[in-house]
Amino acid sequence: MRQEKINEMSMKLPSRSVNEGMARAAVAAFCSQLDPDASEVADIKCAVSEAVTNCIVHGYKNEIGIIYITVSLYADRTIKIEIRDRGRGIEDVKKAREPLYTTDAENERSGMGFTVMESFCDKVRVVSQCGKGTKVVLCKRLRKR
Amino acid sequence: MIKGDTELKSEKDNEEEKGYSLTETEDELVIILGGEIDHHRALKIRVNIDTEIAERRPKKLVMELSRINFMDSSGLGLIMGRYSKMQVLGGEFVLREPCEGVMRIIRLAGLDKIIKVEKSENEKESNKNEARKNK
Ligand SMILES: Nc1ncnc2c1ncn2[C@@H]1O[C@H](COP(=O)(O)OP(=O)(O)O)[C@@H](O)[C@H]1O
Ligand SMILES: [Mg+2]
Repeated sequence: MRQEKINEMSMKLPSRSVNEGMARAAVAAFCSQLDPDASEVADIKCAVSEAVTNCIVHGYKNEIGIIYITVSLYADRTIKIEIRDRGRGIEDVKKAREPLYTTDAENERSGMGFTVMESFCDKVRVVSQCGKGTKVVLCKRLRKR
Repeated sequence: MIKGDTELKSEKDNEEEKGYSLTETEDELVIILGGEIDHHRALKIRVNIDTEIAERRPKKLVMELSRINFMDSSGLGLIMGRYSKMQVLGGEFVLREPCEGVMRIIRLAGLDKIIKVEKSENEKESNKNEARKNK
């Protein structure tokens, strides 16, 4: 059964690192309608921060592009967050998702971004095409209150 | 009194500029991180700490984490980078007082298996109480 969508928010912002904090704070503020507990808010912020940072440092490496974020809230307390860039894309998504895998070790990336998203959310979907861009969909179902 | 005020202010400005505050004793250099540690801030903090290490050549570098209220995997990169730097210099490296949120991501990366994490007795006690409450 498909759950009823009760609210939706979209935003787009240029891939400047100063916007990382803004992006996760805005998403968390929107999700607060579902009354998440403190640890759930922390999980959401961290997962969003990972995906947005990836758009900035990998997707739009050496350029400024637009990051598109859509947040949907569902009646069963599921939150769906889509974070998309039109950057360089990922060649091998399966490999990219492995813990500690990074193509940017010289800039002290830890390779733990996808692992963090996976462990702080219930489901993470990645769709990417080389030269076209990357879409990450984070799903998290909040506990009953 | 006026002097005290300006001193306070300059200390705070300094902290804002570098992204952390710092204390140094004979045997350790303590970097006190606070606020939100993400890619944006990690960039600046990294450069400044490395300058500090190069200038002061500490025998032991401590990263004090208790005042951090958000950290993502960019913080892990920051920690791992300074750890390797101290390894190369033959110095000691320690993480001090991470809150539960920060500890969770440190554990996720397995950093607690290679880097020493110091927690005060108080902290351990309150964690136990927390655990009891959650049961
Ligand atoms: N939006 C993106 N665009 C292009 N490549 C990406 C994107 N997100 C992730 N990647 C690739 O996946 C790898 C792993 O990502 P992640 O787990 O977040 O680790 P890190 O960002 O520390 O490298 C990155 O090193 C990069 O090669
Ligand atoms: Mg990443």
